[in-house]
Order: sequence, then structure tokens, then C-alpha cells
Amino acid sequence: MGIDRRKFLTIAGLTTLTTLGKTVLGSSPAGHDPIETGSQAVKRLAMAIDMQKCRQNEGCVECTKICHKIHNVPDIGNSKEEIKWIWKENFEAAFPNQHHDLLEDEIKNNQVVVLCNHCDDPPCVKVCPTQSTWKRESDGIVMMDMHRCIGCRYCVAGCPYGSRNFNFRDPRPFIKETNPEYPTRTKGVVEKCNFCAERLADGLLPACVDICPEKALIFGNINDPKSEIRQILKSRHSIRRKPILGTNPQIYYLV
Amino acid sequence: MLEKAITGDKRYWGWIAFVLMLIGTGAIAYLRQLDQGLTVTGLSRDVSWGFYIAQFTFLVGVAASAVMVVLPYYLHNFKAFSKLTILGEFLAVPSVIMCMLFIVVDMGQPFRVQNVMLYPSLNSPMFWDMMSLSGYLFLNVVIGYMVLSSEKKGIAPPKWIKPFIIISIPWAISIHTVTAFLYSGLAARPFWMTAVLAPRFLASAFAAGPALLILIIFLMRKLTRFDAGKEAIQKLAVIATYAMCINVFLVLMEVFTTFYSGMPEHMHHFEFLYVGLHGNNTLVPWMWLSSALAVVALVLLLTPKFRKKEVILGFACIAVFVSIWIDKGLGMIVAGFTPSQMGEVVDYWPTLNEFMVSIMVWGIGLLIMSLLYKIIFTVRGETKPALEAKEDKKELTVPSN
Amino acid sequence: MYDASKIILGILIFLVLATSPFWYSKATGQSDYLPDPVILTKDTPGKDVCVMPTDYMRSSHMDLLNDWRNSVVRDGERKFVSPNGHEYKKSLSNTCMDCHANKTEFCDKCHNYMAVDDQTCWSCHVEPKEEL
Repeated sequence: MGIDRRKFLTIAGLTTLTTLGKTVLGSSPAGHDPIETGSQAVKRLAMAIDMQKCRQNEGCVECTKICHKIHNVPDIGNSKEEIKWIWKENFEAAFPNQHHDLLEDEIKNNQVVVLCNHCDDPPCVKVCPTQSTWKRESDGIVMMDMHRCIGCRYCVAGCPYGSRNFNFRDPRPFIKETNPEYPTRTKGVVEKCNFCAERLADGLLPACVDICPEKALIFGNINDPKSEIRQILKSRHSIRRKPILGTNPQIYYLV
Repeated sequence: MLEKAITGDKRYWGWIAFVLMLIGTGAIAYLRQLDQGLTVTGLSRDVSWGFYIAQFTFLVGVAASAVMVVLPYYLHNFKAFSKLTILGEFLAVPSVIMCMLFIVVDMGQPFRVQNVMLYPSLNSPMFWDMMSLSGYLFLNVVIGYMVLSSEKKGIAPPKWIKPFIIISIPWAISIHTVTAFLYSGLAARPFWMTAVLAPRFLASAFAAGPALLILIIFLMRKLTRFDAGKEAIQKLAVIATYAMCINVFLVLMEVFTTFYSGMPEHMHHFEFLYVGLHGNNTLVPWMWLSSALAVVALVLLLTPKFRKKEVILGFACIAVFVSIWIDKGLGMIVAGFTPSQMGEVVDYWPTLNEFMVSIMVWGIGLLIMSLLYKIIFTVRGETKPALEAKEDKKELTVPSN
Repeated sequence: MYDASKIILGILIFLVLATSPFWYSKATGQSDYLPDPVILTKDTPGKDVCVMPTDYMRSSHMDLLNDWRNSVVRDGERKFVSPNGHEYKKSLSNTCMDCHANKTEFCDKCHNYMAVDDQTCWSCHVEPKEEL
């Protein structure tokens, strides 16, 4: 026998330590980290959506297309079992409390991009009976563990934004072109936007941010006062979906 | 003692065979659901819980209602319930088992159910619900078995069982409270997010449970030599009456708070239930039927003259049970999801497959209940052969009062 | 003992039936079969060796995969450095199956023999397309 279990664990432990050291020292081998941590110790990732820029390109669904393509999101073709990570909703549906009849037409009649709000106090995490969904301490992303999810859909009931999707059937036959680098899901688990955690690990921005032709999506560390997202939130009026519920959503809409 | 469940006459075995057939038919539907996923149900991304979770909620109430015979007997020494406590406990056992099964059949990945124990999440009411339900099951199995086996030997139950019985009383309250917390703690669902939900669940449970028990007593009186006695039945009727009054009162509290404050997010759910929303009237006739039955039941139960007539009491009990079943087993869960987070009304109605799976679970509950009740009546020597029963039936067609 | 002969005969029939699969595989020579997985490797430097020595992989690949799964999914720890200093991405589909692109000849052969249920992996993780 070349290597026993103890030896393997030692090696695995050492590997973890070295990579951890590298992360702390900031010399990630994957290259340049797109999100500067700044002076603040804790990174908190957030997104600002420029509704003005977004509505200039009315029929555009590039963010949805690229996201659903790289994450193997199925197109079930049935509104009851639909799976959506990022998509467009009517203003009234997304912001029921901000809506009134005399609102400017260009806001009232246009759609807004919605996705998981990666809440700072996520109700889905609070209710999950298996910790299959949790808020990542390192950057605040609300993650999903498809290996552990029992499909009880308590998180679907708990989410105030309709951002969580259940796989009512095997999604595979409904994926037109499978991306072999990313897993599909199996029937009976819940899924949602993961802020492209797999791309962030490779030093890339979320795919929707990257592809947006209007550059309407601004992504960054909200705890860094010098970050682009902080600067823009300082200078423009922004709203969030259902802030009254105390979930502290981290998707900001620039009016 | 347990072997009494596998001795019996043709009538008993015929019934068991019938229940097994129900379970078998339902099991085929469940296999189909396992194979194809929850797409075989009427559920959707907007109405993501439905009939299964509603049955679970209703049955937690039936299970908890055993406390309504246990409490008067053990805390107030109300002797008339001496023969009823085990009936209550052995009604709670199959009810809790059905609750658990309804949760399992609702899961997308039922083979991973052990994850709830492997990764205990103290912040999830679902974890606590699982703890309280399994604890309650354990208590009722132990108490029922010990008390009945002592009765068989003609001795008093062992002293150590008393603390278990006392604990089972608040525990019964806890199971339905935690079940209400599953819903009432969700800021996302205004229909459920009310402090009155747990009290309302308990009140409706303590009306529907005793009503069911009265109906069971009537049925058992025909099938066996068992007789609970007039005093016990009338006391149960009074309990059901008070509980039903409190239940209706709490519903009216909800209606006032919702409509006087006029908050649209709260009103929409009630509108969906009682007048329809965005042209969707699916539950409207059901909810009005439930309300009408509640009124009829209250009139019959609150009038002593009617309540004391057993035929009328029987009708009143059916009215209470059906009214609360519609409210909890059809309306409560679906209304929480309608309208959806995006303000849409998405149609939901259980599919045939969903209904068949529910029949499997109800069947398993009926089977367990039949076996347990058979043990009780055989131990007490209260069974009677089929022939006698038939003769009794003839007599009973003549108004017995 | 009443009906001793009938009981003994019954036991005998039961034993023969219960052990019949073993006799069957012995008689047909199936019991001599041992799976022989085809191990593909790549010539690309750094990819010509596995993440761990072959002996370890043969006995404990499932532990390694479980460990990878937990550290990637739960801790966001995606890098693995092998004993000989190469760095790998912890990924079944992208690292393991990049070399061992022959699931049917590599995974399935032993898993079928051992009746290992690996559907839990492949119902989500995408297997490489094999040229037939």
C-alpha cells in the first residue's frame, strides 16, 4: 500500500492550509481576484441593478439566457414548474409596495430584472431543516447544497421573492445544450441563483454582469467604501424589494 | 396482548382486507410519484405546498385532541372518561403516524429524510416539529400499552407511568403549537403570520377531535359491546361545543383585523377564499360550505335540547368535523400561497394521483387504528360476533331514542 | 418430532433454493469473473499522473470524492494539491473525468460488479460523451 488514510488526511490538511495561506496573503493562483476586499475585513457581495439602463433595451434577456445556459437550468415550458435563476418581472410584481397607478409610465410599464436577493438575514436559511441552504461567511452568498436537500420546500414557502425553484421532475430532458462543466440537478431538489460562486472562484464576475449589453448590473463588495457599487449607491437613489420584511436584501435597484 | 389484533371473525378480516386494498391501490400511485417526481401532483412553483401538507396539519390536530380525554380524567379525576383515555391515545398514535407519512410523501427526496437528524437545525421549526411529533408518538404508545396491559391483568397501572401521562398533556399542546409555528413565523406569508394561528389550530383541533371521538364511540357501540356511557358522550359534546365557539371566535378576530385595517396584502388571501380573486373561485363554495356547517353545528350544539339527542348530536359532530377539515385540510395551506409573491393567482387542485397517495396514508392510519382498537376491545371482552351485530343493526333502524 | 421427514425435506429444499445463485454462477463460470477497468491517462504533463497514487485511489476514491464534495460545496475550497505537488481543481466532471473519459469501462465495470449505486452521482454530474 502506497498511502494509508492517516497519511492522506495529513496531505489533505496541508493542502488546505497552503491554499488558505494563499487566500489570506492574496496571491490566489487563479489570478486576479475581481472583487477587492478593501480595508474592511469581511467581504459582502451585492449587486446594483440600474433600472434606467436596463429598460433602454426592452426585449433583452441576455442575462437570463447566459445564466440558464451555463448553469444547466432547464426550460420546462410550463409556467407551473418553471425554473428561473434570473428573469424579468413586471414592476408591480417585483415592487408591490412601491407601485401606484400614477407612477411614471416608463417605470410602471417596464420590466425589472429579479433574482435571489442573497439576503443578509435570509428566511430560507432560517427555515431549512437540514442546512442545505446557508449564508456563506466569507462573502455572504446564500448557497445551496443539492446533495443534502430533502425537497421539503420550506424555503420556497419562506422566501418573500419567489426566487427559489423546485424540480418537480427530472430536469435533464429539458436542457437543450448541457454544459458539461456544471452539474445539472435531479428531481426533487430546490435550486436558485448562486451569484456564480463557481466563476468567482476562478476570478470571474457573475455571467449576467459580464454579458449585460447595457452594463446595467454592478457587482461588488458592499463593505468596501471604495468599491464601484458603494460609489454608485452613494450618488443615486436606490430601492430594494420588500425591505419591510427585515430580510435585508442585497440586490439594490437604481431608480 | 398484541396477538389479539390477529384474531377475529370474518367481518374483522374483511375490513382489514378492504383497508389493505386501499393502501395497495394508493401505493401504486405513490410509486408513480417516486418515479416521475411531484409533477404528478397539482403543486406548482407558486403553490408549493398543498393537499399533503394540509392533511398533515389537520391530523396533528386530531392527534393533539387526545388530551381532551386524558386531561379531565387524570387531572380532574373525571371518572366517566376512564374507558375513553386509551381510545384517545390509540387515536393519537395512527394520527401522528399519518402526519409523519404525509410529510414524507410531500418530500422531493424522501430517501434523504435522515438528513433532518444528521444535520439538526435548531433554527428550523420543521426540526422541532419532527422532535415533538416523534416524542408524542412515543408517549402515546408507551402510555396506551402500559395502561391497557395493566387493565388486562386487572391491576393498577405502574406508578412510573404517571409522569409520562402528565407530560403527555402539555406535549399534546406543543405538537399543534409547533405545527402552527411552521407557518406563523414566515414574514413572507401574511395569511399565516398571525399570533392567533396557534390558538386557532388548538381550538379547531379540540373541536374536531372530540367530535370524531363521539362518532367513533357511536360506531363502536354498533360494532362491539363497548359503551362509553351517556355522561362521557355529553361531556365530550360540551368540550367540542366550547372549542368550536372559540374557533369561530378566533376566525372572526382574523376577519376583523384584516378587513378593518384594510391592508391589501392581508385581505387578498381572505378574498381568494371567500369571494374569489382574479376570477379564481376554486375554494369559494368549499369555504362557504365550511362556514355554513360551522353555523349549523353551533346552533345544534349550543341548544341543550338538540345536543342531548344522540342522532342530532351525531349530525352536529359530522358538521364540526367536515367544517374544520375543509378549513384546515383544503383552505388554510393553499390560501397562504394565493396570491403568490408576485401577486398572481395560480390555480391549485389536488390531482387524482395526489388523492390516491393520500388514500394510501389514510389507509395506513385506518389499519393501525383498527388493529389497536381491536386489541382494546378484545382485552376488555367487548367484542361481539358478526351475527349478533347484524341483529342489533335491525333494532337500530328503529329510532332508538 | 411430528412430520420430521417433511420438515427436513422442506429445510433441504429451502437451502438448495436459497444457495442456488452461488451454484449457478459456479457452474457457468461466472464466479471466476473479475472486473478489469480500463484506465485512460493523458499525455499532457501534470495530467499524466492521478491526484493520488493508484493503490490509494483503488481502495479509497470514494472517500476522496466525498471529501472533495464537502470541501467544495460547504467550504468553497476548490483546490487540491497532490502528494507530488501538482495542483488540481476538485471536480468529478472536470478533473477526474477529464482523464478517465470512459465511464462505462472505468466506473461502471467495477460498480456494476460490486452493485454500487452511483446513480446519485450521475443524475446530476455530467458524464463525458464517449466515442463508441
